[in-house]
Amino acid sequence: MTESRFHPLGLLRAFLRPIDPQLMLILGALLGYAYFLMISASPDRLEAQTINTVVALAAMWAAAQISSQRMLSLALPLYIVGVVLLVAVELFGEVSKGAQRWLHVGVTRIQPSELMKIAMPLMLAWYFQQREGQIAFRDFIVAGLLLVVPVGLILIQPDLGTSLLVTAAGFYVIFFAGLSWKLIVPVALVGIIGIGSIVAFGDTLCQPGVDWYGLREYQKHRVCTLLDPTQDPLGKGFHIIQSTIAIGSGGVLGKGWMAGTQTHLAFLPERHTDFIFAVLAEELGLAGAIVLLIIYVLLLARGFQISINAPTLASKLLGGAITMIFFTYAFVNMGMVSGILPVVGVPLPFVSYGGTALVTLCLGVGILMSIQRSRLSSPK
Amino acid sequence: MTEFRTPDQESWRFRRRVVVAGLFVLVCFGLLAARFYYLQVVRHDYFHTRAEDNRIALLPVVPNRGTIADRNGVVLARNYAAYTLEITPSRAGNLDETIDRLAEVLTIEQRDRRRFRKILEESRNFESVPIRTRLSDDEVARFISQRYRFPGVEVQARLFRDYPQGATASHVVGYIGRINDRDVERIEERGETANYRGSEYIGKSGLEQSYEAELHGTTGVEQVEVNAGGRAVRRLSRTSPMAGNDLELTLDIELQKVAEAAFGNRRGAMVAIEPATGGVLALVSTPTFDPNLFVDGISTQDWKALNDSPDHPLLNRAIFSAYPPGSTFKPFMALAGLTTGKRTPGQAIADPGFFAFGGHRFMDDKVGGHGMVDLHKSIVVSCNTYYYQLANDLGIEGIARFMSPLGFGSRTGIDIPGEAEGVLPSPDWKKRRFRRPEQQRWFGGETISVGIGQGYNAYTPLQMANALAAVVNGGNVYRPHLVRHVVDNRSSAKRVVEPEPVRQLGLKPEHVAAVRTAMVDVTKAGTGARAFGNAPYSVGGKTGTAQVFSLKGAKYVEGRVSERLRDHSWFIAYAPADEPKIALAVLVENGGFGAQSAAPIARLVMDYYLLGKRPNQPAVEDVDAAESDE
Repeated sequence: MTESRFHPLGLLRAFLRPIDPQLMLILGALLGYAYFLMISASPDRLEAQTINTVVALAAMWAAAQISSQRMLSLALPLYIVGVVLLVAVELFGEVSKGAQRWLHVGVTRIQPSELMKIAMPLMLAWYFQQREGQIAFRDFIVAGLLLVVPVGLILIQPDLGTSLLVTAAGFYVIFFAGLSWKLIVPVALVGIIGIGSIVAFGDTLCQPGVDWYGLREYQKHRVCTLLDPTQDPLGKGFHIIQSTIAIGSGGVLGKGWMAGTQTHLAFLPERHTDFIFAVLAEELGLAGAIVLLIIYVLLLARGFQISINAPTLASKLLGGAITMIFFTYAFVNMGMVSGILPVVGVPLPFVSYGGTALVTLCLGVGILMSIQRSRLSSPK
Repeated sequence: MTEFRTPDQESWRFRRRVVVAGLFVLVCFGLLAARFYYLQVVRHDYFHTRAEDNRIALLPVVPNRGTIADRNGVVLARNYAAYTLEITPSRAGNLDETIDRLAEVLTIEQRDRRRFRKILEESRNFESVPIRTRLSDDEVARFISQRYRFPGVEVQARLFRDYPQGATASHVVGYIGRINDRDVERIEERGETANYRGSEYIGKSGLEQSYEAELHGTTGVEQVEVNAGGRAVRRLSRTSPMAGNDLELTLDIELQKVAEAAFGNRRGAMVAIEPATGGVLALVSTPTFDPNLFVDGISTQDWKALNDSPDHPLLNRAIFSAYPPGSTFKPFMALAGLTTGKRTPGQAIADPGFFAFGGHRFMDDKVGGHGMVDLHKSIVVSCNTYYYQLANDLGIEGIARFMSPLGFGSRTGIDIPGEAEGVLPSPDWKKRRFRRPEQQRWFGGETISVGIGQGYNAYTPLQMANALAAVVNGGNVYRPHLVRHVVDNRSSAKRVVEPEPVRQLGLKPEHVAAVRTAMVDVTKAGTGARAFGNAPYSVGGKTGTAQVFSLKGAKYVEGRVSERLRDHSWFIAYAPADEPKIALAVLVENGGFGAQSAAPIARLVMDYYLLGKRPNQPAVEDVDAAESDE
């Protein structure tokens, strides 16, 4: 068969060319972990999870195929479309669960804020690329404005989780582009003092009737519930209480796969989506949680490595920002499930059930692969 | 401020920033790892317990209640399994709507709805509340086929209390009912809260109440795994409940039936006691009621009918109603005269037909008197004058001193609740009874009335029967009891309720004999002769008539009211005369002379008890007639 003109191996090689083996291995580990947990947490969703995974991997492959220069050329149109759609959502959007997030387009409905998670860092990376070599303070102001407009639109939907992630995505680009420490440090200090005072004076601030300027009642409630989950054990606090019980009762080695009582007796809310980490920690214990952390560290390390070696400033910034977005997802999710961050709707990256988030995240992986490939194809 | 940098510088800056970001990542992940360590290692025990608490619920398993049977094993109270339709309000949504839809499938009457509301209001927890009880198999099938339409509605197999004898002996057996707030308090006081977890019923009256601790049993526990919705998913362990103990009574239900039938429609009471043991053979209070009405919660109509009836069927006259003893007091007075030495059997008085005291004449029944009357004659002809004098000689203190040990004026201690003390009058009693000083003084004339069983004194039929039993058994006062054995449901071991002599009276046999001989002659030649003249066994007895003096002077009205103004009729008796096996006291409210209505009832009861002869309806006389025809 080696004589044949038809080279199946060659075809396969061509097909696999855009794939970065190391990233693929790490992603495979995460998706496999997700599958393993899903069998326990929600076996009837395995089929849907498979479809989601296939679609997400296809999106990743497609993104990896496109050269990063080509991708960056899409930044401005994508960004503009994203902002227009967000405005459209505000005007014509569908209200679901108290928030206006969805937009009907023909037969399907889309969530433009999700698009912004990719479009935002792309746009800012492209912008800084244009200014390469002459980045000045006013560029950071421009970048800040580019960031504030869509974030503001998402915030009024209201969708705290997504606006947080989009803000983070934009901020990481700005940070990697070299935003002065003189600006970062005071803002960080203000943030730390702010959070610290909320924790310290939580009791007073959480009294009913106290208005938190700029935050919705349900967002205030989330923060207050975090500060004292026992205040509302059957309502909002139930999630946090039950998930910390699940994690804590898991112990070092866990109760065993498929044997989590919190999981299987339905005490855990949203156990296949945002709270799947609690399933992991209950059934596989501290060991399982550490394994997950290590996989994430590997993912981030590879992302940083690709970014550092990236050929252009824009791809560096984009790669670094995407890597940090993965981190943000992971940290915010595990932080909220273990009760150190408020409950915001952020999934555990690559593990939580849910097609949209998985596709977005895999697109991010695809972009990293594309950046890695552009380095190979354009030798220095 | 603009700085120009080479791409290389940019690259190095980016590198530094990535290092910073990497460190930030490690710090944050380190924070998470520390948090996991804290939750999963440091506080693992705490959260483990919390998870177990979440997961495991302890469900009480209600024990079967003990049964009650009479001395021959005839069942008076038992349990049977039946299906009920129950609604769990927390899961059923709109209750009225649910019930309306249920009514399309099954018959649900207004009565069921009212009871459901009532139980719902009283219910102690959020458990299911019955809307229909005693479903037929057909009804169960009909509901099951449409069950999907009714979330939170379920068919349950439950044990129900059943009183197969119906209204017979209902005052003795009593009934159970749903546990209410007052019961909960009582259970808490007894420290039995844990044992009643899951129990819905508790004894409310009669033996069901007094032997609650025996009958209830020990509640079992089922450890089950529950899900977040509180539904049991899996059983982990089970401690079986221990059924309550069974009661075997001294009561003879056939005798009870005979006695209740003998009362007919008349109101009254009868207590029959085995003199040698204090065991109660029959305890009648008429009219009776059907205790089965109370088991599921009595309907308002039924309750009204029972509670508002002028005949007061719920009242246990045998132990709670005290009546002046009338002439049935005389044998005890005679014994008091002999024992205190104030009289001897042979000592006779002249009866002019009255006894003059303090310018007032206390009259005898017989105009002109009974002539010379000794102790024997005083009982046989029921001579008042003899006892006016005797009472005066004994003095009220003397009477009280002798009567008190016989149990007059104090509770006998029978093993059902609700007993009255009665009144054994004395100057002390009068001081306690009245508030105004002028009323508190004891008058000598009042003593005279007490001597013939009128005046202040008032005793329950149970006290009369028990005092008579004590006299005829030679002076042992027993605590009367209805339960003979408590049968342990696990080992079948019988715990005997021993006859419990409360005290020995120390009566002289010749004194007792003198009184008993006279009482036998009462049934042969005296006031009881009409009822007992032809009895094939010898009986000692005494008739009595208690004036309804509370109505004295009331306007005479035709019909029912006039009947209620008539005197109460008493009869106390024991038989066989030489070796008594039964001592009884019969009271017929407004029955007129004792000889007229109370004594014939005693005859029917004794005929059955001693001869096994049933009053083949309609009456004994007819049976006699039929026999003589042959």
